[in-house]
Amino acid sequence: MQRRVASGSSEQWVQCQKCKKILFKPDFERALRVCIHCGHHHRLRARERIAITLDPDTFVEQDAELRSDDPLRFPDYPDKLMRAQQTTGEFEAVITGTGKLGGSEVVIGVMDFAFMGGSMGSVVGEKIMRCFLRGADEYLPVILFCASGGARMQEGMLSLMQMAKTTAGVEKLQRAGLPYLAVFTDPTMAGVLASFASLADVIIAEPGALVGFAGQRVAAQASSGKPPTNFQTAEFQTEHGMVDLIVPRAQIRPTLLYLLEMFGGAG
Amino acid sequence: MTIFDFEKPINELESAIQELRQLSAEKGLDRSREIAELETQRERLLKQIFAHLRPWDKVLLARHPKRPYTMDYIRLMCEQFVELHGDRLGFDDPAIVGGLAKLGGYKLVVVGQQKGRDLKERQKRNFAMAKPEGYRKAMRLFQLAEKFRLPVLTLVDTPAADPGVESESRGISEAIARSMLTMFQLTVPTVAVVIGEGGSGGAIALAVANRVLMLEHAIYSVIPPEGCAAIIWRDASRAPEAADALQLTADDALRLGLIDMVISEPLGAAHRDPQTTALSLRSAILQQFHELSALTPEQLYQHRHERFRRMGTFLSTP
Repeated sequence: MQRRVASGSSEQWVQCQKCKKILFKPDFERALRVCIHCGHHHRLRARERIAITLDPDTFVEQDAELRSDDPLRFPDYPDKLMRAQQTTGEFEAVITGTGKLGGSEVVIGVMDFAFMGGSMGSVVGEKIMRCFLRGADEYLPVILFCASGGARMQEGMLSLMQMAKTTAGVEKLQRAGLPYLAVFTDPTMAGVLASFASLADVIIAEPGALVGFAGQRVAAQASSGKPPTNFQTAEFQTEHGMVDLIVPRAQIRPTLLYLLEMFGGAG
Repeated sequence: MTIFDFEKPINELESAIQELRQLSAEKGLDRSREIAELETQRERLLKQIFAHLRPWDKVLLARHPKRPYTMDYIRLMCEQFVELHGDRLGFDDPAIVGGLAKLGGYKLVVVGQQKGRDLKERQKRNFAMAKPEGYRKAMRLFQLAEKFRLPVLTLVDTPAADPGVESESRGISEAIARSMLTMFQLTVPTVAVVIGEGGSGGAIALAVANRVLMLEHAIYSVIPPEGCAAIIWRDASRAPEAADALQLTADDALRLGLIDMVISEPLGAAHRDPQTTALSLRSAILQQFHELSALTPEQLYQHRHERFRRMGTFLSTP
């Protein structure tokens, strides 16, 4: 440790957002941004997630040409979109496509919280809908990594309708008898949790992820008792039967492989 | 009763008319000319005010404490109604009512959120904020409708689904999601009407239908204007501006292609004349079911899927 401090530049060190301990960046990256001290799972960007999930160089992005409009001429929305695009290098809050997992083709969608809080507007809803339709049309399982604060306020009612639209997608895939696996990452909230996310055949969550319906303050105000300390965590949701299993980041890929093998969707 | 700013002059005239009537009755004086004059004024004022309602006024009207609620419409519209209770999982949520109704020759399953009229009932019904068990009761009734081939009518009127700890513990998100899923699976005709507040996920959970209608002064929104204002401007008191921005009125919903029809309310809004409102609602609903009766079960299923498949506005770059 001492030696590394002496030899490394400051860019080689990061601080855990939870336990605040200093971590050697190459180790931190190797651990997939999980703190080796406290196990805190730091958020990943969508393309980083795809890279650690799929077989190398198999991802083919789809529907990347879709862009958000500003149908309501909502205050500052175009600026917010532009800023999100500049800071993230992405055009929207979900990256979707196809790729291979253990040699088998799957449809994958990964939400990116860095893009406007992973909020679901018309483009996110459409891209997720197309994941389900692609799965049903091409007989492929669908895997979605969720990370979202909920519906995108700036598209008003149109965003609300995406909850129904994506649910229709789940229904189509279900009818086709194909597996749909969801992974709840930090955070999976509100309009996303209350639509397609909660309808997966199997729901995996990352340890410590925030998973819930309303904001914590709103929830506390609406309740008589004090919320439990683990309220709206992946662990809380698992205790209450809303999540199948909590899986540490490094084990997610093998877990998905196992599930797909069991459902006959891969392997 | 709460008097809203824009209603104040109307209410003042109405009490003046009331006073004159009482005076003429008590003193035996004929004040009919004055009364008629005030009535004309009242009518003119109503027309004037209601011709220029802002979105925020509509929010207040949609939440008006005298506005007719689900059970009022059921009583006024249906020939018969038997309420059914419980989710068969341990609970019966008073925030959602449902049952079997006869309406103009149709046998229907009706489900809707129910607000309370006085403080006690408001608390009992949790201000129409349904818990998971409410949506699970709804799903049970939807499945009953499917089994016995009964068309489904839902009446939507909720500020939001219940956000409390208890609801979270029992899976409010999953219940909302599954309610929508169940509505997509139906092969019977379904009609949803937003009669008051269409509050985000809690509302759309009951509004996945072949036809979605709104009463003229109902609202449908992804977030309450107060919450929206608190997020954008860190100031909930700027809710009226947020109401403009959110485009949450029935006319907005129609223009955005999200609903099929706006049902007119009597001059001065539904609470001034619940009977007439119920009649308009009834004939609009019957018209929808009549049109949908031309579709086969498979077509009804497909039609509902296609309806929501189209929703959203985006660009596609080359």
